[in-house]
Order: sequence, then structure tokens, then C-alpha cells
Amino acid sequence: MRRTMYKWFWAWDFEKEEKWLNEKSAQGLQLIDVGFCRYTFEEDQQGKYQYRLEILNNHPSTAKNIAYIRFLEEMGVEHVGTLFKWIYLRRKASEGSFDIYNDLDSRIDHLKRMSNLFFWILLINLFALCLNVANSIQFGNTSSIVCVYVSAAMVFLLAFGILTVSTKKGTLQKERLLRE
Amino acid sequence: MGDNIALTEAVYYILLSSFEPMHGYGIMQNVEKLSAGRVRLAAGTLYGAINTMLEKHWIEALPIEKNSRKKEYSITDEGRNIVDQELKRLRELLHNGEIIIGGTKK
Repeated sequence: MRRTMYKWFWAWDFEKEEKWLNEKSAQGLQLIDVGFCRYTFEEDQQGKYQYRLEILNNHPSTAKNIAYIRFLEEMGVEHVGTLFKWIYLRRKASEGSFDIYNDLDSRIDHLKRMSNLFFWILLINLFALCLNVANSIQFGNTSSIVCVYVSAAMVFLLAFGILTVSTKKGTLQKERLLRE
Repeated sequence: MGDNIALTEAVYYILLSSFEPMHGYGIMQNVEKLSAGRVRLAAGTLYGAINTMLEKHWIEALPIEKNSRKKEYSITDEGRNIVDQELKRLRELLHNGEIIIGGTKK
């Protein structure tokens, strides 16, 4: 039987999202499809799969990424779904603990891809904020002031996201000085 | 090419595995076997390493056979050189370690 759930995760909390999906798997709910805030599960054996999320450089439908996903499939990894640049992956738990990367360099690169994306979105929002401030000075009506608050909130939120990812990245980079 | 570089464990073992043509899954299993289960290559890590090594021409992708969809990889002469250099480096590390630590034991 299928079950659909709606839940919100911040993109920088992808580890929390993975944990949640793995908890669902332990309860016998296996993710089979994703959408925006939407998760579709199928009832199956408890703990059958382990789930991981990965952000790619481009959209997963580019030739390079199709080749990558095909390689993962050869390695026993299933591609469950796609959301923007994110792919949702799973592998049978019977094959051992599942990681996409187990070297520090690749994990650091993965976090870099994430912070780069947030950075560009932040720039766009910063630009929007400037326009909104100019607007509200010129017109001073409620809706233009609301726009200022919304875009300012977006800028702060993204800055927080970049900070979170950068902290994680910094920890790994320090460790990289000592080991692979 | 390749002066004084230290290979990662993954790269070193992938190079050793590709002395015989092998596809991705085979490499992963072989590396695990060679290291008695100590080195487990995650799929994404292996993919990244293979692609970098292809770009550097340390390994090459063999033409895909008709009845197989999987790409096989094989070491190149350049790759063999890299392995030789790495063996030299590893011997040096081992030698110095044994002189200093082995000396106190004796």
C-alpha cells in the first residue's frame, strides 16, 4: 500500500532529511517517489533500504549526470527520485552501510556545490531586496513594505544556510589536513 | 608527470585492480578483497576517481562489448609508471618507519 506525506526540510538540513527517510524505512515505509515537500512511500519490509541524498552540479537529466546515475545503478544503487538538482538514492541495507562518498575530498566538493547554489540564490534575493527597498521608498504603501520584509527574510535565511554548510565544510577541511 | 604525488588509497587500489580489464562493480569488489575488507569504495567516490584517472590517461575505457552494457577499464603505460613511483614512495615511508621504530625494538 502507498502512503503520501508532506514535510518541509531546509536544503542545508539534507542530513536530517536522510535520517527521517531512514527512520521511515526502519518502520517499513520505503520512499518510492518525491516531489516538492511531498514524499510517497510504499509499505515494504522494515529497514530494507538505506537512503541518501545528493546535490548534482547540473540538473540530473544532463548527459553527464545520466551517465553518473547509470554508473550508480551498476553499483546496486537505485535512483528513487529527483527534485531540482537533488537526487534521492537508496541501496539495499543487506549490502552494508550505504554512503555515496567515503573520501573527504568528495564530501567537501559536495558541500561546495551546495553553498555555491545558495550563494547565487542569495545574490538574486539581494538584488530583489534592493529593488523592493527602492520601491517602498518611492511608494511607501503596505505591499511594498511587505515585499522588503519578505526579501530581507530570504536573504537572512540563505545566509544562515550558507553558514551552516560552510561550518560543515570547514570541519571536513580541517580533518583533511590530517587524513584522506 | 606525477612528480612527488601521493596517491589516495582509493586511486592506488583502483590502479592495481585495472591491471586486468574490470568494470566499476568489479573494481569495488576487488579493492575490498585486496584490502581484506578494509577499503570500501563508495559508488560516488569510485566514479569521481575513475573519471579523474581517465582524464589523466592513467586508465582507459575499453570499447563496450555487444552483450554488455558495462564499461570496462584498463591501466595505461602512464598508469603503470604512476604505480611504480607510488611503490617507491611507499617503500621509503616503510623503510624510514621501520628504521626509527624497529630500532627501538631491537
